[in-house]
Amino acid sequence: MLKCRTVWRKLAPLAKSSSTLCRQNVRRAGLNNGRTPVCVPAAHMSSGPVGGGGDNLKYALLVGAVSVGGLVYAVVTMKSDQKRYEQRIEELSTRPQKTSTKPTAAQIQSEPPAVPEDQPAAAPSIEEPSSPAEVEAPKDETAPETTTPPVVDSTPVSLKLPAHAPYLLIGGGTASFAAARSIRARDPGAKVLIVTDEPDLPYMRPPLSKELWFSDDPAVTDTLRFKQWNGKERSIYFQPPSFYIRPEDLDGAENGGVAVLNNRKVVYMDVRGNKVKLDDDTEISYDKCLIATGGIPRNLQLIERAGEEVMKKTTLFRKIEDFKSLDKVSRNVKSVTIIGGGFLGSELACALGRRSTESGLEVIQMFPEKGNMGKVLPEYLSNWTTEKVKKEGVKVLTEALVKSVTCKDDQLEIKLKDGRVVTTDHIVAAVGLEPNVDLAKSAGLEVDSDFGGYRVNAELQARSNIWVAGDAACFYDIRLGRRRVEHHDHAVVSGRLAGENMTGASKPYWHQSMFWSDLGPDVGYEAIGIVDSSLPTVGVFAKATAKDTPKAATEMSGTGIRSESETEDTAVSPVASDTPSPAAENKDDFGKGVIFYLRDKVVVGIILWNVFNRMPIARKIIKDGEEHADLNEVAKLFNIHED
Amino acid sequence: MSYCREDGKDRIIFVTKEDHDAPSNAELIADDPNDPYEEQGLILPDGGINWNCPCLGGMASGPCGTQFKEAFSCFHYSKEEVKGSECIDKFRSMQECMQRFPELYPQEDDKEDSSQESAPADGSASERDSSPSAVEVSPENPPPTVNPTAS
Repeated sequence: MLKCRTVWRKLAPLAKSSSTLCRQNVRRAGLNNGRTPVCVPAAHMSSGPVGGGGDNLKYALLVGAVSVGGLVYAVVTMKSDQKRYEQRIEELSTRPQKTSTKPTAAQIQSEPPAVPEDQPAAAPSIEEPSSPAEVEAPKDETAPETTTPPVVDSTPVSLKLPAHAPYLLIGGGTASFAAARSIRARDPGAKVLIVTDEPDLPYMRPPLSKELWFSDDPAVTDTLRFKQWNGKERSIYFQPPSFYIRPEDLDGAENGGVAVLNNRKVVYMDVRGNKVKLDDDTEISYDKCLIATGGIPRNLQLIERAGEEVMKKTTLFRKIEDFKSLDKVSRNVKSVTIIGGGFLGSELACALGRRSTESGLEVIQMFPEKGNMGKVLPEYLSNWTTEKVKKEGVKVLTEALVKSVTCKDDQLEIKLKDGRVVTTDHIVAAVGLEPNVDLAKSAGLEVDSDFGGYRVNAELQARSNIWVAGDAACFYDIRLGRRRVEHHDHAVVSGRLAGENMTGASKPYWHQSMFWSDLGPDVGYEAIGIVDSSLPTVGVFAKATAKDTPKAATEMSGTGIRSESETEDTAVSPVASDTPSPAAENKDDFGKGVIFYLRDKVVVGIILWNVFNRMPIARKIIKDGEEHADLNEVAKLFNIHED
Repeated sequence: MSYCREDGKDRIIFVTKEDHDAPSNAELIADDPNDPYEEQGLILPDGGINWNCPCLGGMASGPCGTQFKEAFSCFHYSKEEVKGSECIDKFRSMQECMQRFPELYPQEDDKEDSSQESAPADGSASERDSSPSAVEVSPENPPPTVNPTAS
């Protein structure tokens, strides 16, 4: 049994790719009985306890059952392969020759020896990413494992996609990946197809405006790996390519899997027919569909109208390619201006400001509000934050409304409404996100007029088999009302929930997502709920020590992404920080504290200001939705003076 | 002493450590451990395993998810004296699967096929002999703790 595997392994590259092609071609031709390959004795997740008395007998029975099952599987596979082979030969001889460029070899390939051992062995042949080029290679060296009746491979070059995906996820971002993971965890053997117009596998966005900029590695734009404060390194990709299977292999995957179809856009959705159409006219039908299309960055109209020259020097920041291009630009220009004072704008300003100390790059940030994060933080805190951003080397222009942008002498001239003029080499526009609701029309889905995005219910469902998650979802939050949230953790939470509901959970949005922002190593906060500066707030502050910085927090919890530090708490032991934190003691008033946002006297939002790992308490307070007479008492629950 | 000031609609309170020494009299509503809406920990109220627990990372959803679920379920429901002793085969097949994806499941001791064939690999044998609970997986996918504290 094990010898066979060794042999198999040696012939793996050839055999795998060719047998994969075989299998998938055969299946595509629809020659086998069912949609799915021969049924493997399903993984019986024991719903009841095994054990009790007569263990030896049970053990023997188990072993016996497994070997019988294996034999049955072997026989059935061989039989169906035989049948398929014969039918295939017939079909080939009658079919008009499409692949005339390649010698029409009846490519005799073989199924791997059909024994239970196959289960794991079959999997790599499906999941091993083999390029289409390899399809021709096996021709030269036939891999004769002719133990069983062979299956024929006719090697068309065009990639044949599955015509049907039980779970179709439109969009390949954070929400989509979280849903895929959730579906796979809950539905054994689920086949999930992610369709994305990006060329990349699912990745996380926060490091694109934070950690990646602080990396020491000069090759970071290629590796996209970042070293977290605690030294632990990880990639921005959620999983490496070997996690996924190829879309062509999805149908044939015995244990299912997650396949990502890149560079394809879903342009039309037929809800009645439960199918979608891609931009290359391929149709894919589905059982359950998730729309997680996120959004595209907004631009200022006057930049769009300003012409080609200006547009060439403008970056809208969202994707990996934007990070790469901005990184390059920032090394080659003398001055860059960021328009926008929200999360993204401020984070990028701080990141670029850091660079400015080494390279002499001038970093300017301008926005209409009075201070950074003006729409989120109460005024006093927003002002304090602005000072911090300035200390990071950024020239901040507040209350700046752009009137016009023109290109002069290969530089950009930005004229503000109050008369100020700014000359710069490059602009980064961080002025918001436009949720992508392209499919609303064809699918007949409702779009929310207040918040934008697809309107869905509390369970993230738009219609019977359609869910929406992430930035594009305008959902009903039982506690906080209808809203649309554009944060990473929300994408994860809503993606997970959508995945759960797609597999029958019927749960409403309940676990409140959080978000965080770091503005340099000294200022960091975590927040939850509705954090809108127009609401009345109550802030309770203490004086901070050197230990209260985002850096120390990640060191303590052993993770780099703070939302993870909550869930991985049980499994990862905290890493004690040996090196003293180099951050200076905060002499300002607002070193650390808690800020409560109130709506009708009920706390609807909380910011933990330089106070970390207390999110569960904050979550609880919001969940309760109670009126608290004295918020100082509530603040005590956070122990802000402790670490 | 705490100090308070108003800034328009916003109230700001500064407190010293002593101010916050006295326990809080804020009332929180008691949580229902069986609330179906809440996020569950690793073990569900009915005793089953929550495969979607974030603590498992991608273990149950990756290419070796099926093997992982089988092995772990077997272990979880095992009533043997040495818990999970009848699950060795399942753990082995899970191990074999994981070795095919070293990128996803980096092993401490990356043994080759040959040593696998002869005897249980050294690295994993010690764990498996005692109890298959500690499965060596990548730091990104933290080992599932079998005695879960429902978080």
